[in-house]
Amino acid sequence: MNAYQPPSSEVLVDIYRRMTLIKQNDERFRSVIKAGKLVMPYYSPRGQEVIPSAMSVCLTDDDYICTIYRGVHDMIAKGVPLKALWAELGGRVTGTCKGKGGPMHVTHPASGVMVTTGIVGSSMPIANGLALAAQIRGESRVAVAYFGDGASNIGAFHESLNMASVWKLPVVFVCQNNGYAEHTKYAYGTSVANIAQRAVAYQMPGVTVNGNDPIAMHKAAREAVDRARSGGGPTLIEANTFRFHGHVFGDPDAYMDKHEKAAWVAKDPVPLFRQWLIDAKHATEDQLAAMESEHEAQIDAAVEFTLSSAFPDVAELARDIFKDEVIA
Amino acid sequence: MSQAPTSINTIQAVNYALDDAMAADANVIVLGEDVADGQEGGIVGVTKGLSSKYGTSRVRSTPISEQAIVGAAIGASMVGMRPVAEIMLMNFTTVAMDMIVNHAAKLRFMSGGQTNVPIVIRTMTGAGFGTGGQHADYLEAWFAHVAGIKVVVPSNPADAYGLMLSCIRDDDPCLFIENMPSYWNPGNAPERGVAIPLGKANVVRAGTDVTVISYSRRVQEVMAAAEALANDGIACEVIDLRTVSPLDTDTILTSVAKTGRAVVVHEAVKPFGVGAEIASRIYEALFRELKAPVQRVGSQFCPVPFSKPLEDAFVPGVADIETAVRATLE
Repeated sequence: MNAYQPPSSEVLVDIYRRMTLIKQNDERFRSVIKAGKLVMPYYSPRGQEVIPSAMSVCLTDDDYICTIYRGVHDMIAKGVPLKALWAELGGRVTGTCKGKGGPMHVTHPASGVMVTTGIVGSSMPIANGLALAAQIRGESRVAVAYFGDGASNIGAFHESLNMASVWKLPVVFVCQNNGYAEHTKYAYGTSVANIAQRAVAYQMPGVTVNGNDPIAMHKAAREAVDRARSGGGPTLIEANTFRFHGHVFGDPDAYMDKHEKAAWVAKDPVPLFRQWLIDAKHATEDQLAAMESEHEAQIDAAVEFTLSSAFPDVAELARDIFKDEVIA
Repeated sequence: MSQAPTSINTIQAVNYALDDAMAADANVIVLGEDVADGQEGGIVGVTKGLSSKYGTSRVRSTPISEQAIVGAAIGASMVGMRPVAEIMLMNFTTVAMDMIVNHAAKLRFMSGGQTNVPIVIRTMTGAGFGTGGQHADYLEAWFAHVAGIKVVVPSNPADAYGLMLSCIRDDDPCLFIENMPSYWNPGNAPERGVAIPLGKANVVRAGTDVTVISYSRRVQEVMAAAEALANDGIACEVIDLRTVSPLDTDTILTSVAKTGRAVVVHEAVKPFGVGAEIASRIYEALFRELKAPVQRVGSQFCPVPFSKPLEDAFVPGVADIETAVRATLE
């Protein structure tokens, strides 16, 4: 494997582009929900933007991801078109899944988003299967399973890591450790200091990385994706981060330590990285402002598209159960 | 192919179906505990010879990890593979229920038809071998209650062959239930390469007095009961469902409209079972034409017991079926 090359300005700005697109969408989702224009269970990824952004610049459209209910950042970073994404979250027929999946079940194979699951831990067994198909066919595709720290305590995690290791599957397990399993603080429910330690039990590389540091995250992503693609098997990445909001929109998050939260928000990775890009001359203020402005226009269009789109016809209830409509 | 036998058992029948499907389509893969020849080709040998013929990349023995087995099958199937995953015993599906129910069955619907999960989950079960409470349950009603998964229940070797071919070719997930105690019972050999459609029942005995609806192993007891009843001048029409979901309601109703009497027989425990669903469908459509209440025959509502006299009493036998048929004629 080649030694790690720090990302070019182009890649760094691409990471930021995805990060700010996530942040801007999240802010709009929350304001639109708060205004009562859309009704959905919404799991804000705010604060976790770096992880899928740095992962995704190492992936292609041919690579697969499986993500979870808190996964809208993973989808945006992987390139799901905003109009179809918004319309899906709005339950509209123009959504990625005709409005039949919703925020916890977005699928968009064209951008490689194969499964979004509402079941903690269930992204991993299916990512293995996607990787298995690539391995059997001799393809160079990689599958990424995103999940949270809480999911590392469910059986599917352990079964999946073991199987991926035994079969040397081209899969990357990316644990977004945001410190909370729903309402329960990490240490209360997890036996190890770092989830990456669990990789030892499955004889695969396990790395703990600052998931809010785009360059550190990119390095971990690059190495894991290259390892998977070159036949070196799976990696467990534990990306430490923090969830700026409660578990689900509307959750008063009284169980979160206010000081801890304030400290993380003060280190919000999106504005910090933005300033760093400008200071290090990877981008200019004008360039990034124009990018953000363009994003706002895209989001305006996606919201408008969603609100003006029809809901699915009730006939959809009988469709997509099986390939052919059958009377049960 | 060597000279085709005229009589085979279900182990051979399923093996032939897997072999023929793997030969025809490189996307067909087999995974499960002990399925490769290094592990003796499965605990009863259903997959024997396949890994030697097709390689251990396509025929993979797995760790004892039912969630990971079904998950791997799901993921591979979503991108065009045709995995046949073995969950050794039906009770072990309970530790993979999330993958089967929340994912395999629902991904087509939740994705708005963008993805599908053409997997087959093979599993075996059935009382009679003294395996006790955790190795012999018939749980087909659990799965039939979930939209998006087909539940296939062959009663004999030839059907097992033809239905397995259909399951592998089907674009949706299929749960394929094999009866363990009758694995070695001989039956007619199937015509190689000929599939039996899913969702179509088979009228295996014509009759005019009582319709007896069954599936899987219990069809064998039903046929014995029908033969005995014929000696008393009672003509049973026997329907082998072949598939529990989708359920071939038309064939059931056509027969019951003719006979006016129905008995449903299954090895699963009676309460909340497939028999209740079938009885309801008959009542909904034919209430006024019925000459007697629909009878349900199932195992007693308790865990599968170990001790032989208890196990024998637990499952419905020929005498129980005869009694139920006679009850519709009183």
